[in-house]
Amino acid sequence: MDMSQYLDIFIEESKDHLQNLNESLLELENSPNDMSILNEIFRVAHTLKGMAGTMGFVRMQKLTHNMENVLSEIRNGHIKANSNLLDILFKCLDALEDYIDKITNTGSEGEEEYSDIIKNLNDILSSDTNKEEKEQDSIDEKSSVDNDKEDSETSNISMNEFENNAVKTAVSKGYNVYEITIYLNKNCVLKSARAFIVFKTLESHGEIIKSIPSVEDIEDEKFEFEFTLVIISKSSKDIIKKDLLSIAEIDKIVLKDILIQVDSNNVVNKEVNENKKDIATKSLKNTYEQPKNTSKEVNKRQKPKAGKTVRVDIDRLDTLMNLVSELIIVKTRLEGTEGGNNNQNYNEAVEYLERITTSLHDAVMKVRMVPVERVFNRFPRMIRDLSRKLNKDIELNMSGEETELDRTVIDEIGDPLIHLLRNAADHGLETTEERIQNHKEKTGHIYLRAYQDGNNVVIEVEDDGRGIDANKIKNKAIEKGIVTPELAENMSEKDLIELLFKPSFSTAKTISDISGRGVGLDVVKTKIEALGGDIEVVSNLGRGSKFIVRLPLTLAIIQALMVKIGDEKYAIPLNTIQNIEDIKTSEIQYVKSQEVIILRDKVIPIIHLDKILDIEQKVQKDTITVVIVKKGEKQAGFVVDGLIGQQEIVIKSLGKYLSNIKMIAGATILGDGEVALILDINTLV
Amino acid sequence: MDNISKEEIKQYVVFKLGNEEYGIDIHQVQIIEKIKKITRVPKAPAHIKGVINLRGEIIPVMSLKSKFGLGEDQYTDETRIIIVKIDDNQIGMIVDEVKEVLQISSNSIENVQQGDINLNFIQGVGKVNQQIVTILNLRTLIEFVKDV
Repeated sequence: MDMSQYLDIFIEESKDHLQNLNESLLELENSPNDMSILNEIFRVAHTLKGMAGTMGFVRMQKLTHNMENVLSEIRNGHIKANSNLLDILFKCLDALEDYIDKITNTGSEGEEEYSDIIKNLNDILSSDTNKEEKEQDSIDEKSSVDNDKEDSETSNISMNEFENNAVKTAVSKGYNVYEITIYLNKNCVLKSARAFIVFKTLESHGEIIKSIPSVEDIEDEKFEFEFTLVIISKSSKDIIKKDLLSIAEIDKIVLKDILIQVDSNNVVNKEVNENKKDIATKSLKNTYEQPKNTSKEVNKRQKPKAGKTVRVDIDRLDTLMNLVSELIIVKTRLEGTEGGNNNQNYNEAVEYLERITTSLHDAVMKVRMVPVERVFNRFPRMIRDLSRKLNKDIELNMSGEETELDRTVIDEIGDPLIHLLRNAADHGLETTEERIQNHKEKTGHIYLRAYQDGNNVVIEVEDDGRGIDANKIKNKAIEKGIVTPELAENMSEKDLIELLFKPSFSTAKTISDISGRGVGLDVVKTKIEALGGDIEVVSNLGRGSKFIVRLPLTLAIIQALMVKIGDEKYAIPLNTIQNIEDIKTSEIQYVKSQEVIILRDKVIPIIHLDKILDIEQKVQKDTITVVIVKKGEKQAGFVVDGLIGQQEIVIKSLGKYLSNIKMIAGATILGDGEVALILDINTLV
Repeated sequence: MDNISKEEIKQYVVFKLGNEEYGIDIHQVQIIEKIKKITRVPKAPAHIKGVINLRGEIIPVMSLKSKFGLGEDQYTDETRIIIVKIDDNQIGMIVDEVKEVLQISSNSIENVQQGDINLNFIQGVGKVNQQIVTILNLRTLIEFVKDV
């Protein structure tokens, strides 16, 4: 069967699962005894195995299978989840990610077997089973079954403790506990569907606390024509039996009261015996644990049903976005023609149209928005690895993961952030000894924050390390010939730190594996500016440094100020504008032959846009209008001939032929159909 | 229709630049527009006159006349912008007049491939009923523009 059509879905879902696995493993490291995390990990590994198997990725399946074996042993409490073991599990995760990468790129899983990882896993298992043999004989028999083929048996055993508690509590509260074996008709086609109806029916009577084979296997139809369930219920046997028999294609139902000893030699009943003995001998503690467990069991079953999302091709969203952009242009055009038509109805309709287009735009934007969590979620793992590699205690504190950004930005922002985090861990934070010497807390902290600020999203990477030494930068810059010594003397600390963003500037004394490979912050800066954002750095020597990345919420539609220069119209993005001033030409001063104005004690260089943009200027005026724009901490004043007004504009690219014109960020279509160019503040300031 | 295998008849859009007639393959032509407001793009190459809005799309426009050294365009009622599409990229070309669509058989197109650099974007010269039409090779013509 051709599976290629499912490949995309497989890749997408696998990525989700791997992410989930990653998070769960990190959690497990912090709380190794948390059963719910273990269950989650187990569930993910199991799902991945099933998915890989279905798609015919045998090697991936084999790896997950071995992983599952180890996980089930942890879950049984036979192995402790120590950091060594977690390292191996993380390695498995990396290997799985490699598989997925390979599948994404080539469509096949490749030849890599990762036999060393599998061997590691099996080593853990074999060292473990030896121990186990002394303790219990029944387990021994199970693990051999487990190694043979399926995990369902083991997972049942591991549920034993829960079930014990559940059964105990149930009995103490006067519930009945039944073991029900359902025999489906041999001609039954949709076995899992039938089983589902059985589950549904039983759930109306009480809680199903156990199923053999496991729920997953029943869903996957991995069973013959019978399955056994244990249910806690208030209803009487007869009622349940009657209800079940009303379901079609069920041949026979065997309903046993679990408190009555049943003579049988199958595994289930043996367990039931144990349960019963437990109930008899142990006191009724842990009562509160019962609802927790059962609810978990219910969750597990509900998961596959919770499919309320749709995966959409990003191209379709782009088409939708383009159409909305068109609509906004038409809307602006209607607003423009309003003057000639003073009809009340017309005005109301236009206003209404405006509201709707705005909501529509917001809605479409929202569809394209993705929480930054998508990028952030790989960082805890990265910091963990860095922490071990660098031998530093590092704690990563993240906040604002729910902040949303346009998907195009999300896809691009990962690498710059990795770079900044690595820098923080490697250069920013001191070694543990250094920290102790400086009377600092032994553990270094890195803060990763995201929040929305107006039309921008701000991401901050802050560390409480040694900060940035401006003097060091000065020396280095002089040494590298980036600045002359004279110039460097006159530079402010702020300007010196800015030098970090110059190409091939790396202050790390030793080139390490982690950062400092010569390609430095300039790459980060270029990337962020390409996304229409900017980056600045704040440092406090000895106390830490902070990189602040500012990104536009959307790349497609912005608020802009329309200005006139000569006879031409240009758009300046509103979020870059600080204020607008009327200045007398006599107030212009010269600093090193550069025209400047002094505004509230700040010296602001003046940029004559008409000269830069080759626009013919007819008259000299006494008063000029200056639009003060800000790029990070830098300011500049743009001289314009007139202000047209604020307007929502749709950014369009100038296309391939004109892509090398730096001063223009794009073009937009005005209401009258004319094209206005958008000034690129980043290159002009 | 005897030697149909060798002879290929193609349709060409014929337009005028000054007194000369040029033709381009009709399959490369997207649309022909009347001259409209062109927004100048600063620092663009001289023969790129600017960009226009074509139903919501921004399309660069070049002057074939200044490209070929035939002087400046005089916009008249006959002036047109021919929008062509090469490999997903659209570009507009200002011409003095669009005359007609001609069927020219490949037999009546003479190759002119000597020396002159300008000839790079001339595919050949077609002769139809005493008319001489220079057939342009848009691909090299526009590739040329991009490199400038």
